[in-house]
Amino acid sequence: MTGILFLEQSLNSLQFGLMLFLLAAGLTLVFGIMDMINLAHGSLYMIGAYLMASIAQATGSFWMALPLALIATAIVGALLEISLLRRLYERDHLTQVLATFAVILIANEGVRIIWGNQSLMLNAPAGLTGPVTLPGGMQYASYRLAIIAVGVLVALVLYFLVTKTKVGMLVRAGASNREMAIAMGVNIRRLFTIVFATGAALCALAGAMLGPILAVQVGMGENILILAFVVIVIGGIGSIRGALVGALLVGVVDTMGRAFLPAALREFLSPPVASALGPALASILIYVLMAAILFWKPQGLFPARG
Amino acid sequence: MRRAATLAVLAAAIAFPLVATPLGWEFYVGFASRIMIYALAASSLNLVLGYGGMLSFGHAAFVGAGAYTAGILLTEGVPSAWIGWPAAVLVAAVLAVVIGAISLRTRGVYFIMITLAFAQMMYYVAVGMKTYGGEEGLRLASRPVIGLGLDLKDDVTFYYVVLAILAAALYGLHRLARARFGRVVEAIRENETRMEAIGFPTYRYKLVCFAIGGAVAGLAGALLAGHNSYVNPNLLYWTQSGTLMIMVILGGVGHLYGGLLGAVALLLLEEVFSVYTIHWQLGVGAILLAIVLFAPKGLAGLAAKHG
Repeated sequence: MTGILFLEQSLNSLQFGLMLFLLAAGLTLVFGIMDMINLAHGSLYMIGAYLMASIAQATGSFWMALPLALIATAIVGALLEISLLRRLYERDHLTQVLATFAVILIANEGVRIIWGNQSLMLNAPAGLTGPVTLPGGMQYASYRLAIIAVGVLVALVLYFLVTKTKVGMLVRAGASNREMAIAMGVNIRRLFTIVFATGAALCALAGAMLGPILAVQVGMGENILILAFVVIVIGGIGSIRGALVGALLVGVVDTMGRAFLPAALREFLSPPVASALGPALASILIYVLMAAILFWKPQGLFPARG
Repeated sequence: MRRAATLAVLAAAIAFPLVATPLGWEFYVGFASRIMIYALAASSLNLVLGYGGMLSFGHAAFVGAGAYTAGILLTEGVPSAWIGWPAAVLVAAVLAVVIGAISLRTRGVYFIMITLAFAQMMYYVAVGMKTYGGEEGLRLASRPVIGLGLDLKDDVTFYYVVLAILAAALYGLHRLARARFGRVVEAIRENETRMEAIGFPTYRYKLVCFAIGGAVAGLAGALLAGHNSYVNPNLLYWTQSGTLMIMVILGGVGHLYGGLLGAVALLLLEEVFSVYTIHWQLGVGAILLAIVLFAPKGLAGLAAKHG
């Protein structure tokens, strides 16, 4: 019984970790290449989820809506980059915080004006609504398996793009030493618009895939944004590999903590104390993990520079 | 000139309830108290961020710690502000020393993120305190008792107490910034390596600065708990730290009145826009963006340029 529960939670960890990776991948590159703190990254995730929900409703098909939502969010991201963020790269971190915080306010209200206060429903695609039986007799939601499959696929594609293609090489060059890359003639502005649009599309993918599981609502970006920041700080800012490792680590620690910590505490403490302490401790775990990692490795696990 | 302006503002602040009450603007007396409490919190962050150059993104943790300390003492039958408020300051200061001691080992962006992480931890601690309201927050039966013939339940009295504390705190910060300590901290901000080479224990100076900032934020938290008669975990959420940071940047980083100006400007903006539209956040966001693009040094910088 505990074996099955453990396996189920492992799959949940993987699923959560991979979705965090989609968010963190774009964020870490933006942060790494342009040394830019973008709090509005979570807003792109929210916008992606909303676009997905309404396009899926209009077309009636999840899989047809997905690419459209991705492209639309990428365009929103590119417009945001060209119109505003581009002016902020040379400014200090404080200014970037102020400006992108303002973008959060505007995006939240914009979404409220267009879609209203109610959270939207997004249904899992037909055929993926029920559970499947895995080898070993375990039942698991087929949609969650699909999320894992999409996450693994995207991680592989990103890995290929970043390590094997010319654009990927330029991105890595920009992340490890921006000035040198510019001096070598890389058009970093155009490169960056591409990176930013790709990051936005990845946000939309995460929002779209998580939509049927979580609520599509205003403020959904703020919660997950901080988790994405935790991931990239753990992994090392600017490193895609670090983002993947960090995302999986956060996924495992958070999911497992929530699943098993309350029960584990009950072994030592009285039930009321354990049930009061358990959830709070489980929520704190990833921040403890981050603080501990920064304490021993102040540059994160895989520093992109130097 | 500057002293005259300061005195004029202070006189206006003292006169405000005398004018507002007969006109039936009681609501605005409470609103002004709220602005001043946020001004105190933002000024404490300005000490850390503006003078010390430490980009703390977790200042809400100290406000929240102060608010919860005062709130819990009140619920547990200790109504005296003379115990509750100093206790709030003490708890926030100790928390700041602990968080600062660990966070100050990191630099730059990592410092921003680790202070944020600690604040989020405190947020979940507050959510987890089921005895004291948990996620719902803690309703306080009454405002604290201060004695001296003053009744804090009266909004005007509360206003004057907050005003006195804010004025004293700003004066204290002003003296601190002018004292040797302030000069050293500012010099560390400008060139830490050099200060270290001259022989200053820079880490210790920064930690003390961080702790003072935390302590004052704790006081603001205690006042906020008293003002609202309500404490809830949202006081510690990261967007609260963000709001305080916005106030400081908006008002002017490293200016004595930066926190005050920022708090007044942001809360007034919210209030004005919310009168006209439920979508007031849109207007506030747009104005913040305009300030980033056209007034990079904040309102205090704008005033200095024209005055």
